Amino acid sequence: MNEDKSIPRIPRLAAPKAEQRADRSFSLIRVAAMIRRYLYLLQSGWIRIIELAYWPIMQMILWGFMTEFLLNSSSGILRAGGVLIAAVLLWDVLFRGNIGVAVSFLEEMWSRNLAQLCASPLRTHEWAAALIIISLLRTLIGVLPAALLAIPLYQFSIFEMGFTLVAFFSNLLIFGAAVGLTVSALVLRYGLGAESLAWVGIFLIAPISGIYYPISTLPDWLQFLAYALPSSHIFEGMRIALAESRFDLGFFYNALMLNAVFLAAGFFIFLGTFRIARRQGLLLQIGE
Amino acid sequence: MSSLAVKVSKLSKIYGNTTAVQDVSFEIEIGSITALLGGNGAGKTTIISMLLGLLTPTSGTIHLLGEQMPEQRQTVTPKMNFGSPYVDLPKRLTVRQNLYVFASLYGLQEPKRRIEQLCEELHLESIIDRPTGKLSSGQATRVGLAKALINAPCLLLLDEPTASLDPDTADWVREYLRAYRDLTGATIILASHNMTEVERVCENVLMLKSGSMIDHGSPLSLIEKYSRQNLEQVFLEIARSPDGAK
Repeated sequence: MNEDKSIPRIPRLAAPKAEQRADRSFSLIRVAAMIRRYLYLLQSGWIRIIELAYWPIMQMILWGFMTEFLLNSSSGILRAGGVLIAAVLLWDVLFRGNIGVAVSFLEEMWSRNLAQLCASPLRTHEWAAALIIISLLRTLIGVLPAALLAIPLYQFSIFEMGFTLVAFFSNLLIFGAAVGLTVSALVLRYGLGAESLAWVGIFLIAPISGIYYPISTLPDWLQFLAYALPSSHIFEGMRIALAESRFDLGFFYNALMLNAVFLAAGFFIFLGTFRIARRQGLLLQIGE
Repeated sequence: MSSLAVKVSKLSKIYGNTTAVQDVSFEIEIGSITALLGGNGAGKTTIISMLLGLLTPTSGTIHLLGEQMPEQRQTVTPKMNFGSPYVDLPKRLTVRQNLYVFASLYGLQEPKRRIEQLCEELHLESIIDRPTGKLSSGQATRVGLAKALINAPCLLLLDEPTASLDPDTADWVREYLRAYRDLTGATIILASHNMTEVERVCENVLMLKSGSMIDHGSPLSLIEKYSRQNLEQVFLEIARSPDGAK
């Protein structure tokens, strides 16, 4: 061949060494293969890692100083030390949970790899599981440095929340993943022209999630809508945990139940859109 | 056991008012190399996509290796694979990483062993740890072929396997495909509009035009039937005649 003269003209082949495992309806090996694929991508450049942690750190620094200012000049719930920092960090968990799923999915569209995956034995629900797990890892990489940095900077450790933090974190991550699956489905359905949804879609629920203010601040009709979201129950619970040092089981259960509904809906939309995509030939058309 | 690798019956794909494939039926013997031949818009890629399960037919049935598609997709996909210049592997991943991911997706018990083997056969040693996006088109084609062969498929579908390759590299790829078929008894289907390639590599040709199959046979039998010198002349006659086949 022109580019490599050392390649012999006649190909020499041996019997293929390609014994396969028995197929399963849910294969952890295939899930792990997809997680490995996204980890390879992360390790392909240090900028990708830095980018994950950059925004949460900047947000935390900004809101940390805002908290210090408010502690000295105002009263009420905002004076509970660290409410804003905790809100920033937990909002970022939700944001990262969403974007971790959606951007990983987008990577396949950007790299024109969608058809290769969909023609392989990978099942759509295995892929969805891998997207959620990689989203967890991306969120930890992104939020953990900011949470650790808040300790020396503001003497605020979100880790002191203990189990409460785990409960909030996992609920927000699940909700973020459910939104991410839905956004991914929309991008598959409407093409890469809709990719900005991955970044901006989650902000649709930000005003009614009560991240920085109690839900009671909202007009009555919006409160009804707000309480239909798991995120509003989590942020209400967070304020109680920090202001009153107690874990409100009511908010936790509400968030958990709503999350079950949203995650099931996310999976349903994701799997359903793949069926539509196979019918309409969308797996082959990846442009705008 | 049936000697058929592929049995397609009255296959159609319609998008709204556009008919991409209409009432196509054909059978392909195990161990043969068959070409889907036709001009742009003939329906080659649409048929390949339906065989792969990437596209749901509007009507008709597909049986691959004795299993119905897309209903038995999960039974068939581990035994088949495909390659196309219109899809890519993730560019930031190295060749080895990409092959490892796909080896795992296809359930290989010893992915490293298979990658080493393909690396040797397809001469990928010097590029195996290079990012896939930094390969020349010839190297990328060999890597694409390695991905398509990672599970040693019994049924290999290739969409224009030598498109954009120089004649030398294209020739090597054709030789490789023949050698793979001879060694493993695999069935190969390739979509192409390279007549020389089809004449040299394929035992059977399915001629397509505007979504319909208008003729089929061995390259030689088609050349004789149309009283032409070569397959390219047959193709041109079919492409230019309003009703297609003789």
